[in-house]
Amino acid sequence: MGSRIAIIGLGFTPARPTSSHQSYKEMMFEAAQRAYADAGIEAADVQSFVTCAEDLNEGLSIFDEYTPDQLGAMLKPMHTLTQDGLHGLADAAMQILSGLFELVVVEAHSKASNIVAPDWVADYATDPVLNRPLGLNPHYIAGLEMQRFLHETGVTHEQCAHVAAKNYRHALRNLAAAYPAHLEAQDVLHSPPAFEPLHEREIARTADGCIVLVVASEERARRSAAKPVWVRGMGWANGSFALETRNWARPDYVRHAADIAYRQAGINDPAREIQLFEVDDTYAYKELQHLAELGIFANAADAARATQQGQTQLGARLPVNVSGGVLGMGNLLEANGLARAAELVLQLRGQAGARQVEGARVGLAQSWRGVPTTSAAVAVLSVE
Amino acid sequence: MGYRKVAIVGAGMTKFVRRALETPRELAWLAAKAALDSAEMKLDQVDSVVFGSAPDAFDGLHMKGEFVADGCGAWGKPYLRCYVGGGTGVYAIAQGWLHVASGLFDTCLVTCEEKMSTCQPHPQAAFLTIFDNFTEQALKPNLLWIFALEQNRYMHVHGITQKEIALVAVKNKRNALGHPCAQLGAELTVEDVLKSEVMAWPVHRLMVSPTSDGAAAVVLAAEHVAKRVTNKPVWVEGVGWCLDTAYWTNRDLYYPRYVERAARMAYEMAGIREPHKEINIAEPYDPFAYKELHHLEGLQLAPKGQAPKLLADGVFDRDGDLPATPSGGLLGVGNPIAAAGTMKICELFWQLRGEAGARQVPGKPRRGVAQAWGDLMQVGTVVVVGV
Repeated sequence: MGSRIAIIGLGFTPARPTSSHQSYKEMMFEAAQRAYADAGIEAADVQSFVTCAEDLNEGLSIFDEYTPDQLGAMLKPMHTLTQDGLHGLADAAMQILSGLFELVVVEAHSKASNIVAPDWVADYATDPVLNRPLGLNPHYIAGLEMQRFLHETGVTHEQCAHVAAKNYRHALRNLAAAYPAHLEAQDVLHSPPAFEPLHEREIARTADGCIVLVVASEERARRSAAKPVWVRGMGWANGSFALETRNWARPDYVRHAADIAYRQAGINDPAREIQLFEVDDTYAYKELQHLAELGIFANAADAARATQQGQTQLGARLPVNVSGGVLGMGNLLEANGLARAAELVLQLRGQAGARQVEGARVGLAQSWRGVPTTSAAVAVLSVE
Repeated sequence: MGYRKVAIVGAGMTKFVRRALETPRELAWLAAKAALDSAEMKLDQVDSVVFGSAPDAFDGLHMKGEFVADGCGAWGKPYLRCYVGGGTGVYAIAQGWLHVASGLFDTCLVTCEEKMSTCQPHPQAAFLTIFDNFTEQALKPNLLWIFALEQNRYMHVHGITQKEIALVAVKNKRNALGHPCAQLGAELTVEDVLKSEVMAWPVHRLMVSPTSDGAAAVVLAAEHVAKRVTNKPVWVEGVGWCLDTAYWTNRDLYYPRYVERAARMAYEMAGIREPHKEINIAEPYDPFAYKELHHLEGLQLAPKGQAPKLLADGVFDRDGDLPATPSGGLLGVGNPIAAAGTMKICELFWQLRGEAGARQVPGKPRRGVAQAWGDLMQVGTVVVVGV
C-alpha cells in the first residue's frame, strides 16, 4: 500500500454462547466505548463508520438503519457491508488511502443466540432454484467439500481432528472464547457424526460477541494513545458461488485474496516473514485448506502433518489460531474476521497474556464467510 | 486535498419492469455486460467489483451479495457489497470510487440490482421488517404511512399544496416517455394525479413510484485507464454520504438534514461553492413526488420551502435553468430500489456526454449531481460528476 494505515483502538465483548443480559445495540455500545477509550478518542473524533452485517442474521431488513446511534455515528458518513469484518477493515483502509478521512471505525457483531434456527437461515443462502429444493441442511456442502479434500490431498480425518483439538485447547487460555475445551483428537473423532465425514466437534458452534476497531492514517496514528498496529496488506476475493461450477478441490479464492495482501505487504515467503496466523477454521479441515492456500505450507498434506506434530500450536514455530479460532471462540458470523484481527492486535501489542506468542512482529488474519459462500478476506498486520 | 482522479467510462442498464424470466444474477449480468460493452472493455480488464442491492427479503435470499457475485463479474475478483437501503444505488458509486481513489485498483465495475416481483403478494410486506422490533413493528406500519407523515410535515411547515407536489409526477412521468428503459412514462395532468386513489393521505397513487425489477451498472477507471478507453470520460468530482439517527420519530421531518450533510461533503470535494449556479443537471431521488422537492432543498439547489415555486416556474423542466430528473426518475422510469439510484448516475453519464437522445438536456451540460435516500428517512448519498 502506498501510505500506511494503522489500527489504533480495539474494543470487544467476550464471545459467549448466549448473551441474554445485552441487546445487540448494548453490545455494540460496550465494544465501541472500549475501542474509543483504547484509542484515546471520543466518538465525535471519528469521521466515518463501517458495519458488517447481514439482514437475515439480524432479523431486520435494511439493518444499517440501526447501526449509527450506539456507535455515536449519527449524521456522519456511515454504511454497511453485507460481508465479513475484514472486508470492513479493507473498506476503512480504502477510505483513508483515498484521502477522504483519517479516522474510521469498523464494527461487526454476532447475536446468533437470537436466531431460532441458524441452519435454516443459512439454507436461504443457497441457490433457490437448483439447491434449496433439496431441503438439506447446508452443512452438507462442507461435508462434501471435506470428502473431496481428503480424497485429493491424502490428509486423514484424524489430522483434521488434531486441528479441532488444538484450537479448543488454545481457547482455554482465552477469556473471550466461548467454547474452550480440553480435548484430544480422539475425543473429536468420537463426537457424534454430523455431516459425513464431519463430526460435531469439527463444526464451529455459533456465539454472540461484538468487535470494534479504530483505524487511522499514519499521521493520525502517530498521535494515538495506543501502540499502532500497521495494516500492511489487505486482500479479498470471491470464487464461484454456484455449487455446480465451483472448484471443489481447493478454495482458490483464498489464494487470490492472499496474493493481493502479500503484494501490498511485500511478503514473498509468508511462513518465514509472518510469525502468527489466525485463519478460518469454521470446520476443522478448513484450517488445513486455508494454510495451504495462504502459502504457509506447500500443500495441505504438509499442513496436516505439521499440525499433527504440534508445529502449529502455541509455543511452536508457526502458531495457528492461538485465540482458539472459530472453533474455540465460537462462530461470530460477520464478526469472525474481526475476531481474528483483534487477536493479532492483542498479540502484536504484547497484551495476549497467557497465550502471548513471543517475538511476534507480523501476523496474518484470514476469514471465510462459511457455507455456501466462496468469499474470503486476508489482512497482514505488523508492529514494524 | 488532491484526490486520485476517477472517471465513469461506461454505463448500462436493463429495462425496468416486472421481469419474471430473469434471476437476480442474470439481471446483474445484463447491466454489467451493457456497461462493459459501452466502455468497450472486457471483464478481465476489471480489477475490482462492487455490488449494491436493498433488502434480501425481496428475493427470499440470505447473503444475497454472495449469490449475485458471479452475475456482477466477481468470479476470482475482489468484491464488496455495500448497503444503505434505498441510498445504495448512489452510494455504490462512492464505494467504487474508494476502490480506485485509494490507489489499490485501477478499475471497478459497479452494479446495482433489485428484483421486487418475487416478493408476493407485494414487496411492501417485506418493508414491515425494516421497523423497530419493539416500538414500531407492532403497529404494522408501512412505507406509505411514514412517507405520508413526512410529506404532511413538509407541506405544513412551508404551506405547500397538493397541486404543487403533483406537478413533480407530471414532469417526471412525461420525461420518462423519452427513456427506452422506462416502466411508467405517461402524459398526465395535475388533475389526473390528484384524482388518482389516495394511498395514505396526502399521498395519491400517481405520486408513488412503482415496484420494479432491473439493474444498472457503471465502469469506473483511474485517469490513465480512462484516457486510454474513451475520449469522453465523465469524472467523479465528489462523493458524499451521511446516516442520521435510527430514531426517526424524534426528528423534524420537514427537512432532510442528512442529505444536506452528504451534499456538502460532495460539493466540498468538487470545489462547488454555489451549487444552484454551478450544477447544470440534478437527478434527485424521487420515489414519491414530494421527495424530489424535499431533496432539491437538501441538495442546496433550492431554498427551504421554495422548490415547489421553482418547479411551477419551469426551472426544473428539461429545458429549464436547472433540469431536475430529466431521466424520468423513479416515478417514470421505475424503482428497482438500488438499481434506481445507479440509473440516475447512468443518466448523468449519458447527459454529460450528449448521448441522452430524446431526453438530452440542451446547452451542453457540464456538471451534474445525483442523489439517493433511504433507510428510515435517514440516509443521504450524493455523487457529483462533470466533464
